[in-house]
Amino acid sequence: MKEKQTFEEDIKRLQKIVEELSSGKLTLGESLKIYEEGIKLAGSCSATLADAQRKVELLMKKKDNFALEKFEDEAPEAK
Amino acid sequence: MQVKEKETRHIYTVSQITQDIKLILESTFEQVWVEGEVSDFKAHSSGHFYFSLKDEGAVLPAAMFRQANKEVRFKIENGLKVICFGRLDLYPPHGRYKLNIEKIEPKGIGAQQLAFEQLKKKLFKEGLFDPAHKRELPLMPFNIGVVTSGSGAAVRDILQILKKGAACVDVVVRSVRVQGENAAAEIAEGIADLNRFNKTDVIIVSRGGGSSEDLMSFNEEIAARAIYNSAIPVISAVGHQINVTLADMVADVFVETPSAAAKLIVDKKSALLAQLDGLRHEMAFSLSGIISRLNTTLVALRHGLKSPKDRLLERGEFLKKMQLDLSHHISHYLALAKERSGSLVKRLEALSPLAVLSRGYSLSMRIPEGDIIKDAFQIKAGDDVKTTLSKGSFISRVREVFKEGGAQ
Repeated sequence: MKEKQTFEEDIKRLQKIVEELSSGKLTLGESLKIYEEGIKLAGSCSATLADAQRKVELLMKKKDNFALEKFEDEAPEAK
Repeated sequence: MQVKEKETRHIYTVSQITQDIKLILESTFEQVWVEGEVSDFKAHSSGHFYFSLKDEGAVLPAAMFRQANKEVRFKIENGLKVICFGRLDLYPPHGRYKLNIEKIEPKGIGAQQLAFEQLKKKLFKEGLFDPAHKRELPLMPFNIGVVTSGSGAAVRDILQILKKGAACVDVVVRSVRVQGENAAAEIAEGIADLNRFNKTDVIIVSRGGGSSEDLMSFNEEIAARAIYNSAIPVISAVGHQINVTLADMVADVFVETPSAAAKLIVDKKSALLAQLDGLRHEMAFSLSGIISRLNTTLVALRHGLKSPKDRLLERGEFLKKMQLDLSHHISHYLALAKERSGSLVKRLEALSPLAVLSRGYSLSMRIPEGDIIKDAFQIKAGDDVKTTLSKGSFISRVREVFKEGGAQ
């Protein structure tokens, strides 16, 4: 399971970086440093969204516990 | 006559006559339909209902016992117009008769519709549809729970669209029945299960299109409450019906079809990717702005750092350039002046009387007076006249004057 929390935090951090960069209050060194961080963050967020390793599972109840089974994604007749 | 009356008169006891009335009444009205308006409704703690049916002219006491009224899907209220089926019965200890109702239905409006309206009103009063309770969907739901039939069209539609448009999303399907007797309870259980499982960011409650009866489970109180109580945001995506279900009204977000629910997620993803692109551009723009500002500063500083000799040389260069410019300007001006004076001389020459003489005319004046002769009256015979030609001149003496003729 992916961490939605991390993703939202990354986006928030990224927005903050953009804000700081545009404020013009940073030194060149600081700017370059957070620019690099921002580009890295944007890259990882895009990669997370572009990821195609999805899972489709069926939630089963076994007494009081849950179990995940593979869910047959494609309709059998479509194969 | 009195005697005869005495012999034949039959005296009932109260019980006997009541018994007879009861018999007649109950056998005559064993299965009747009665239409009227509900009044004096009381739900007894025993579970029985007691009320009256009335119209403009009469009142009929009625009762509906527990076994019968538990089947009633709508709420019986005073003022409601109803049609009842039942039998008349008489309770001897009270000497009263009443309609013992087995079936009741609202008049004019379907029982199901009425039940829906009543439940809607009740849930509204409780605040289940309150916009303030609606939660926002996460920025990007990466884990989606779907409560629907595992073999239905809805789950296929959702999975297909997600696979195509947002393959980064994991899906957990909690398969339930979506129509029939226990469907509403199963839907509620499914929602509660996904909450306990607690690994999905969003729950889609869904089923494909169908008749309004098919969608009934999504109008039941238990399903509506489960959605309301879900700590995880719920998207309701039920059928293709125009009718809005209670599930739709309680849900945090409601869309009309299962596909639309999946598209919502895909759109979120696309919007985020576009936003990320925008942020990247903004960062690059800001950074290049910072660099070009620094560059400008650098140039200015470099200028400030020049040695006096460099500056003198620079001044020298400047002066040289100015000199060159100046001499260029002057020679240009002179050329211009020359050209203008040449043309002036030509114009002066054209105006000179000598120019006229060159065309064969001559000019005569009296001497020694020296006035130009324009008129024959100015002279008389014997006067001396000096005539100037284009080239040279001569003096002559007038022999005769003709005052007539001439140029006039």
